[in-house]
Amino acid sequence: MVRFLAGRALALVITLLAATLVVFLVLNVVPGDPAAYMMGLGGDPAALAELRRELGLDLPVWQRYFAWAGGLAMGDFGVSYTYRVPVGDLILERMRVTLPLTLMAMALSTALAIPLALFAAGRRGRAADAAVSGLAQVGLAIPNFWLAILLVFVFSTTLKLFSAGGFPGWEAGVWPALKALVLPAVALALPQAAVLTRVARGALIETMGEDYIRTARAKGLSERRALRDHALRNAMIPVLTILGLQFTFLLAGGIIIENVFYLPGLGRLVFQAIAQRDLVVVQGVVIVLVFAAVLVTLAVDAAYALADPRVGKGRR
Amino acid sequence: MKRSSASLAIGLAFTALILAAAGLSLVWTPYDAELILVEQRLMPPSAAHWFGTDQMGRDVLSMILGGARNSIAVALVAAGIGLGAGVPLGLFAAAQGGIVDEIVMRSNDLIFAFPALLLAILITAIAGPGAINAIVAIGIFNIPVFARLARGGALALWPRDFVRAARVAGKGRLRISLEHILPNIASVLIVQGTIQFSLGVLAEAGLSYVGLGAQPPAPSWGRMLAESQTYFALAPWLALAPGLAIVTTVLGLNMLGDGLRDLLDPRIRRERAI
Repeated sequence: MVRFLAGRALALVITLLAATLVVFLVLNVVPGDPAAYMMGLGGDPAALAELRRELGLDLPVWQRYFAWAGGLAMGDFGVSYTYRVPVGDLILERMRVTLPLTLMAMALSTALAIPLALFAAGRRGRAADAAVSGLAQVGLAIPNFWLAILLVFVFSTTLKLFSAGGFPGWEAGVWPALKALVLPAVALALPQAAVLTRVARGALIETMGEDYIRTARAKGLSERRALRDHALRNAMIPVLTILGLQFTFLLAGGIIIENVFYLPGLGRLVFQAIAQRDLVVVQGVVIVLVFAAVLVTLAVDAAYALADPRVGKGRR
Repeated sequence: MKRSSASLAIGLAFTALILAAAGLSLVWTPYDAELILVEQRLMPPSAAHWFGTDQMGRDVLSMILGGARNSIAVALVAAGIGLGAGVPLGLFAAAQGGIVDEIVMRSNDLIFAFPALLLAILITAIAGPGAINAIVAIGIFNIPVFARLARGGALALWPRDFVRAARVAGKGRLRISLEHILPNIASVLIVQGTIQFSLGVLAEAGLSYVGLGAQPPAPSWGRMLAESQTYFALAPWLALAPGLAIVTTVLGLNMLGDGLRDLLDPRIRRERAI
């Protein structure tokens, strides 16, 4: 188990290193000089050269890479070209919107999907099961930004229950801030809930065919209790995998939704940074998201190993 | 059994409908989808304009038909890139094993670790917005999906007797991969193809929604949705038509994929029969 996790941790470090290289290379072949962009049209060439030196853009590419990657290892993400503040601070500040939004969407999606999957698996093959599957099928096909537009129309334009966008900040109080995140979270959560329902239902039905469930049923346990007390736990592995994937997907996937609702999260930050050629910020955000993705994968693997001792032993 | 054939039938019908719409738009649309007639703007659905007109007086039905062509072209080519590059990579990795396999699979993991949507946005923003760059951005992320699937399928087949027999008969790894492995994993690849196709439609819609897909005046569903937001209270049909078009396409492709999987995978069929 320890060896298994150590191996995975090593793979994590290698992946991160490779990711910094890829991100840096992709972004540094970009046409368009960030300094020229900042100076605007008709900038003074001497001032431009000065700015390039100040930003470190006059150094060779490999030197800039090592400076940046070395800084990352120390937790230093560099300084934003346009905002002139440390990128790490910018990312942390935006995370205060994106992280709660992601967690809210995941909580909503899980709270909806697991009961629906239990309901459907307990009635498999019947009309109720078909209805849940049909609903999930439709949910999968709905783009979250379209759902967002519809939600805004119904709940803010027509019913005036929520604002159509913007974020008051946590300083305005927890409730107003959470309220601003409700519609975006629902828009993100519903399509994810559809995926989760399908996976959980499939996993539940598969475990219901196992011998230990048959034994439990033979001992007089009702189907519903067998589902809830025995099958659910064993169906958790595929569910956990999907939850892990969804977490990283939502962190980055908020990018479009945050733009629909004008939320000052990571998505809007990176979007504006791309438009302004603020490459240090773009690099930083991508690396943070890759780090989150790899870390979550590791956590899910560790959770498997804890839940099922067979995992990690049979592997290379 | 009954349900999977129903899924297949509905999926086929929806997919055929969208393909027909895309095909039709090549030769005929009720109006010119790019024709701007400001005096006819924001007209509700009527006999003359079934889906109404937009803020510039363009016919929404014509734009939906043209958008179908754009959406399908982008998603189909992107899925093709994934199949064309991913399957050979996966087959090669499985046939060679060892260090080659390790390199291919670790590179796959690396691409998987990147947030796909963000990278697609990054690629199109850097290379310039447009349908071609959208295809490349979506296609790149289809490659590891097919590589992993092909490798997994191939690895399960290599120890089987019929493959061993082929090796004894003196066939090389390449020939075995093409003649014995590929046909046996084709059904899985086709099913995954429909899934990636539908994901591509969603991704294209997302990219063009943020202005990085097909550029005006070419119609695209995502951009129609983005433009509809301003006028929603005045003209809700502007947001409904493209949204429903996307849902119909994705739903159709997903149901087609589900139906095909049940049809092609005998294991699932047996389970259903119980």
